[in-house]
Amino acid sequence: MTFPINILVPTGALGSGVDEDQVFAALVAGGIHAIACDAGSTDSGPSYLATGRCKYSRAAVKRNLDILMRAQSQFAIPLLIGSCGTSGSDEALNWTRDIALEIAAEHDLSPRIALLYSEQAQAVIAQKIQKGLIAPLAPMKAVDAEVFSGCARIVALMGPEPYIEALKQGVDIVLGGRSTDAGVLAAVPLMFGADPGAAWHAGKTAECGGLCTVNQRDGGVIIRVDSEGFEVEPLSPDNRCTPHTVSAHMLYENADAIHLTEPGGVVDVSKAEYIALDARRVRVRGSRFLPRPYTMKLEGAAANGFQTLMLVGIQDPEVLKSLPHFLAQMHSVMVSRVTATLKVDKSDFDISLRPYGWNAVSGIAPTDGFSPREIGLMLVATAASQEIATQVAKVCNPVLFHMPLDLDAPLPSYAFAFSPAEIERGAVYEFKLNHVVHTNQPLELVRTVLIENGATV
Amino acid sequence: MTRLADVCCYIRSKNAGPFWITVDLFFKDRELFEKWVDSPSLQAAELAQRLGIDTADLRRQALPELATLKFAYPRKQPQGGACERDMHGGQQYIWLLGMELA
Repeated sequence: MTFPINILVPTGALGSGVDEDQVFAALVAGGIHAIACDAGSTDSGPSYLATGRCKYSRAAVKRNLDILMRAQSQFAIPLLIGSCGTSGSDEALNWTRDIALEIAAEHDLSPRIALLYSEQAQAVIAQKIQKGLIAPLAPMKAVDAEVFSGCARIVALMGPEPYIEALKQGVDIVLGGRSTDAGVLAAVPLMFGADPGAAWHAGKTAECGGLCTVNQRDGGVIIRVDSEGFEVEPLSPDNRCTPHTVSAHMLYENADAIHLTEPGGVVDVSKAEYIALDARRVRVRGSRFLPRPYTMKLEGAAANGFQTLMLVGIQDPEVLKSLPHFLAQMHSVMVSRVTATLKVDKSDFDISLRPYGWNAVSGIAPTDGFSPREIGLMLVATAASQEIATQVAKVCNPVLFHMPLDLDAPLPSYAFAFSPAEIERGAVYEFKLNHVVHTNQPLELVRTVLIENGATV
Repeated sequence: MTRLADVCCYIRSKNAGPFWITVDLFFKDRELFEKWVDSPSLQAAELAQRLGIDTADLRRQALPELATLKFAYPRKQPQGGACERDMHGGQQYIWLLGMELA
């Protein structure tokens, strides 16, 4: 294979938008070896992992995947998609598989598809814990077996190796469960022997599509990886990459801008040089990949209670001048009423009052003398069951609606936006794991399933 | 008095995974970066105190090539829990805008 190996990264996340004209224009121009992108992240929160549901609408994912599958078929190059369905759990991967098969049927395509599953059974995790093969990452300090067994789902982040193995079996499309973003994009360059430091750094640079460009909302990028470096170029002819936009991307959503830990090694960009090739393209050299024992990061989420919400609007200027006092008084009355009415202990529920327009986001008191024109006051009732959370909210309803500033004053009525006033929002989920698992080889915890002519082989 | 917002062209915060928040301070140029990066206000101990965390938990990284100071700290609660107020951590830099640099 002659270098460079060229990867078209059409979007930062499948479902967030793919520009069909730009993708086909890049493919017609020639030289692209593969299309790769990811479809998930922990960034949208634990609910998507715990429930296995996708963050994006099915229609949006289908529309993006439809473009990429037609491009794959027409140009006969592989299509790799990582972290399918947001969480990359088995359910989310199967959901994406079904969309892919629907698209294939609609366009009379029959791609060979590999599905890479990386959700982990509790028994597998328990055994790894027993053997001392799971380690915590800061700020976590322990490996508590009960925390693992309490997770609704646990996924392990795959590196590029399962993608490479699948491609070696001649598949057209690889749909992956949870994977590191950079690994999916680095897979094809690594398979063809490109420099590992360059391949991994290129993958990291392009993981969010246009985020490494000047106009960050504008589509995807192309990475060209060779034996000593890589180039990055925006997919849109109107967009540009500069040494600053490319180097600054290492900062994004990372605690460390120099070292990035990936399965099987650390990407070290301390010696990387960023050179403008022209107004739109940047070349990077000097990135290194330092091999380490093979580990996969684990992600797990668990339900932790249920919540019911209420939202009321307040414009009364006297109330808004004395909000800290008003809210403390309201909270105290609510807690008393709930314990007395529902015969529950204070520790059985939580009432959180969040004044949007005042300090609901920061939690920090505004400067003295500040008084908003109006606020949205959100009440969040949390309890062990949805029923109790809703009962707590209902007991609070008249207080939220009618609580005066001066207890002797006539009852005010604040502005509810909805009837019923309470909204059951379901289970509250929390991320529970920040750990790595050691594996004896990169595919140990991965299950690969092949599909041909729409059916499992 | 110089405020942080006066010497930076861009300040942002974001989750770095579900357990950390990371903040990037992009200075307007290398000169301003060199002038202020060693300011007592921007040292780990001072930042940790303002955030109410242990200094040992604050990771600070000065990046001269990018004229950027990065720091990261553990979230008080993991992302998405019952008390979540900022799911993506994207609003956790606002307190820095008015910071006066010593």
